[in-house]
Amino acid sequence: MGLFAGAGLAVAGVIFQGILRNPLAEPYVLGVSSGASLGAVLALFFNLSMEFLPITAFLGAGLTMFLVYNLAKINGKVSTQGLLLSGVILGAIFSSLLLFFVSISPNEAMHGITWWLLGSLQVFDLKLLISVVILITSGICIAIYFGRDLNAISLGEEEAYHLGINVETVKKILFVVASLITGSIVCVCGIIGFVGLIIPHAVRLIVGSDHKLVLPASAISAGAFLILADTISRTIMPPVEIPIGVITALIGGPIFIILLRKKQKAPFN
Amino acid sequence: MSEFFNIDNINGGYHKYQVLKNVSFQIKEGEFLGIIGPNGSGKSTLLRTLSQYLKPSSGIVLYRGNDLYTMAQKEIARDFAFVPQDTVFNFSFTVWEIVLMGRIPYLRRMQSETRQDFEKAKEAMRITDTLKLNDRQVNELSAGERQMVIIAKALAQEPKALFLDEPTSHLDIGHQVQILNLLKELNQKQKITVIIVLHDLNLASEYCDRILLLNNGSVHKIGEPQRVLTYQTIEEVYKTLVIVNKNPITGNPHILLVRKEKT
Repeated sequence: MGLFAGAGLAVAGVIFQGILRNPLAEPYVLGVSSGASLGAVLALFFNLSMEFLPITAFLGAGLTMFLVYNLAKINGKVSTQGLLLSGVILGAIFSSLLLFFVSISPNEAMHGITWWLLGSLQVFDLKLLISVVILITSGICIAIYFGRDLNAISLGEEEAYHLGINVETVKKILFVVASLITGSIVCVCGIIGFVGLIIPHAVRLIVGSDHKLVLPASAISAGAFLILADTISRTIMPPVEIPIGVITALIGGPIFIILLRKKQKAPFN
Repeated sequence: MSEFFNIDNINGGYHKYQVLKNVSFQIKEGEFLGIIGPNGSGKSTLLRTLSQYLKPSSGIVLYRGNDLYTMAQKEIARDFAFVPQDTVFNFSFTVWEIVLMGRIPYLRRMQSETRQDFEKAKEAMRITDTLKLNDRQVNELSAGERQMVIIAKALAQEPKALFLDEPTSHLDIGHQVQILNLLKELNQKQKITVIIVLHDLNLASEYCDRILLLNNGSVHKIGEPQRVLTYQTIEEVYKTLVIVNKNPITGNPHILLVRKEKT
């Protein structure tokens, strides 16, 4: 599962970064993961069956993306600050809503959920796992299929239009794909942050910025990275298992800050 | 010369703001047309409308006799290329990758570039003298070099019409003249129609076959530089006192500003 979760998170990150033209975009930072987890928790809260989990998680992710994008859009322009702020704030609101539903739930099992939300690769339902793996894999394939479009869009939407790309359609498809991937991962593994940020960044340093290469290379490296992080989480303090989301955030958080500082210092942005 | 563009009574702009008002004119194939006007007069809006990116709320634009806004976007991308004032690169693409993107209109998804595409991209880099930048990353280039790379990408599209929105406003005079000389050469040798928004009236005067002067979203005057760039017209539209001389070498109008206390 680590392989697929890592690959999916990285690909969702690359999609958000390309469309929003911002190398700091990532499902966790944009609040999309929190939106997805709220969706999943609501499904559990209302005792919907397991099959609905990915759907509600996807709806939560998609809705968050829509809100964050439109909150950050001022006069048709999406700024870095706007994106990060609205992402963080919506993420906080959704996390609080989630805790609200968990605390008022009569269902004892719901209380274990906060632990799950910190990120875990332990699988609890095989059917769910299979459907999620299929969703992630097809999402990655669709993203790679649109790799060249993503290259053009990352230059600017008007530039992409003049290269014959139907920007609005491609954007919608890729937002849905990224939300679907994020939603599926969240409902199996909880929130694993920053993987979609660090891995694509490192990959770009090696293979360059061409999305036709960045997408598959990020998928593979992030898969490997998550397996490694999982191993660390199990072995660093046995028999205690540290949630994997904690490990990735402890590595990814500082890197995010460094990148943000670098971006603010850059003369053009 | 055949009629290339026929713009008939267009109104338009962005959602709420109607910027363009009853704009009508023609563009001939192979022309070098400059669009000038005060800030907010609708120059960029007109350029975006002519390049199909913005659709007018009323009126018709015929491109080679066809309704521009019903033509397929991909087809248009093989005929038109657009050069903005400046391009911000958030990702470190190499110059070669950027220029090669100019071939996207000729490729299907997942189809890789053919030898012909590589040749066209190289040719565009040769013309713009950017071959030496080939492996450099675009976000490390100077503004002048970066604009040349964007022009190379545009040329890789093999355009019949090149749209440029104040392509030289961020550049020193050396780069300004270098870019406009290049555009003039492309216009004369390859018969590429150039439609360019310019702020600098003297540059417009020197390089354009005809100049379109916009004021408040309407065509104030269109014609040869001598006809448009008279001191009366400039004072009327720009509300600024100027002296119009002649460039001693080319004979084109040359506009001089006058300091306030001297008037």
